[in-house]
Amino acid sequence: MSKLTPVLSAHWDEADSFTIEAYTRHGGYTASKKALAMDPDAVIQMVKDSGLRGRGGAGFPTGMKWGFIPQGDDKDHYLVVNADESEPGTCKDTPLLMANPHVLIEGCIIACHAIRAKRAFIYIRGEVTHVVRRVNAAIADAYSAGHLGNGIDITLHIGAGAYICGEETALLDSLEGFRGQPRLRPPFPAIAGLYARPTVVNNVESIASVPAIISNGAEWYQSMGTEKSKGATLYSLSGHVNNPGQFEAPLGITLREILELAGGVRTGHKLKFWTPGGSSTPLFTDAHLDTPLDYEGVAAAGSMLGTKALQIFDETTCVVRAVLRWTEFYKHESCGKCTPCREGTWWLVQILRDLENGTGTEADLDKLLDLCDNIMGRSFCALGDGATSPITSSIQYFRDEYIAHLTNGACPFDPVKSTLFTGAVN
Amino acid sequence: MATNQILNQDVMQSIIKRYPRSRSAIMPLLHYVQSVSGYVTNEGIELISDLLDIETAEVSAVATFYTQYKRKPVGEYHVGVCTNTLCAIMGGDAIFSALKEHLGIENDGVTDDGKVSLEHIECNAACDYAPVVMANWEFYDNQTVESAKSLVDAARSGKPPAPTRGPSKLVTYKQASAVLAGIDDGLAREGVQAGGPTLLGLKLSKEGK
Repeated sequence: MSKLTPVLSAHWDEADSFTIEAYTRHGGYTASKKALAMDPDAVIQMVKDSGLRGRGGAGFPTGMKWGFIPQGDDKDHYLVVNADESEPGTCKDTPLLMANPHVLIEGCIIACHAIRAKRAFIYIRGEVTHVVRRVNAAIADAYSAGHLGNGIDITLHIGAGAYICGEETALLDSLEGFRGQPRLRPPFPAIAGLYARPTVVNNVESIASVPAIISNGAEWYQSMGTEKSKGATLYSLSGHVNNPGQFEAPLGITLREILELAGGVRTGHKLKFWTPGGSSTPLFTDAHLDTPLDYEGVAAAGSMLGTKALQIFDETTCVVRAVLRWTEFYKHESCGKCTPCREGTWWLVQILRDLENGTGTEADLDKLLDLCDNIMGRSFCALGDGATSPITSSIQYFRDEYIAHLTNGACPFDPVKSTLFTGAVN
Repeated sequence: MATNQILNQDVMQSIIKRYPRSRSAIMPLLHYVQSVSGYVTNEGIELISDLLDIETAEVSAVATFYTQYKRKPVGEYHVGVCTNTLCAIMGGDAIFSALKEHLGIENDGVTDDGKVSLEHIECNAACDYAPVVMANWEFYDNQTVESAKSLVDAARSGKPPAPTRGPSKLVTYKQASAVLAGIDDGLAREGVQAGGPTLLGLKLSKEGK
């Protein structure tokens, strides 16, 4: 039996999969019809019972989040879908929206009904023109078909290139027309979110998972996955592998199993390090090939499941170069609101540059760790925390490689050997 | 700086009407200004400030926070090379330095003919298609130094190849900016629904693997 369980991706191989015709052909918009006939609390209970957890990185139980919205408060409620996919390595929501935007729209209808919201916003990153077209057209088609406009409306909002807006409170500030900077919590969005109204912010994959749960039942969803990590999810494999791509599998599958499906690490090379859930999750090595990729398994091994962005690097890759580049990213994307993150990421880059070009000292490693200690947990949001993950984990596993840069007086690696078109570059 | 094209206030009002509170329209309005003028002009900022009844400084604060808003003209084809870690290592660094040399411009530079501008970009959510190059924020997957050079050469001659996953013809920067302002250009049905890597897991599952 296949280890894979395509649900979200089940019909992506049909050329018209993104159209309302194709979605309806496969039973689309029957789940929302069913849900709208249910009591909203029963919908929330069903999602709670399914065990669905947030697929945007944090893994918070989706049904519980919905249950936090105050009821009978006579205020407008909002659903906001986080489609600002930008965590390095993460590439699941973008192909999902390109191949089947209607499943998100149907999920929005169900979620709005459950939390008693009349309006949903889909916040999509601005650097994906064709995905914007597909989602915009799908919303228009859903209005024409009468799925939207009868008490539930969806507004598409398009970002403009800021990683921080993937953080839910920065996203809300951005949606309100401000610079995207995180808010101090509490109050949490469930109490005071968009326009200070009760708001649920969910990832695309979380909301897109809901129609199948409503159609097939909580028990069906529970039958997949592990004890505390229920259901199936999209794992995104990239980097030095023979066949990168999207693999929808029950939670708890291992990298070894996914690599076997993908034809293994680049032929003639071996696994050196990888991220289980994007660059903000501490690095793993070949010692973690059999770690169950569920929320608990990855956490027990010292990292986080995050967005299930499996970025694979083989032995040709300089880990210091990789970490420096991620750190430059965090420095660039730090919104500047909190001093430890704004100043800290700047200093991390300066020190890592010296280490990568061989002009640093061994004491710099301790300075890096000390800086990380002073950034971790000291800001409004987790961007700064994420910036420390690749640094502390790489020093933990590859301290010798940092030292080799210093004894060598330069980076000992040839970047040409890491490229996927080795031989094509002079 | 004056521009030849006129900002259409009816279009701008229709964008504002999408939202329960007008200030939320700042971002699509800025994308709209770029769709008319090619970048965020001072007159665009002043008009948005008038329409939303907020200070120009508040509009500028937003315009300067987000990297997609440009304060000077970019090329008709704005090319972004992903140099975040994964793409950089898979070949993005080599592609970016080759394009700088080939075009004779630096990061954020524009060719003299105004056709192509170049920028190194962060992760664009297409890591299974690395190395990735974007043109007017459309996907050009699995690039090499040679394919990226021929992409910019063709763009300079006005005949860019179609995106790998996108419409059958690459639209201009201004046209793409209109899409990002939420204005439908009717091209949603063009192009593939998915590329090979997106479908790999589904394919293997159908083969019983």
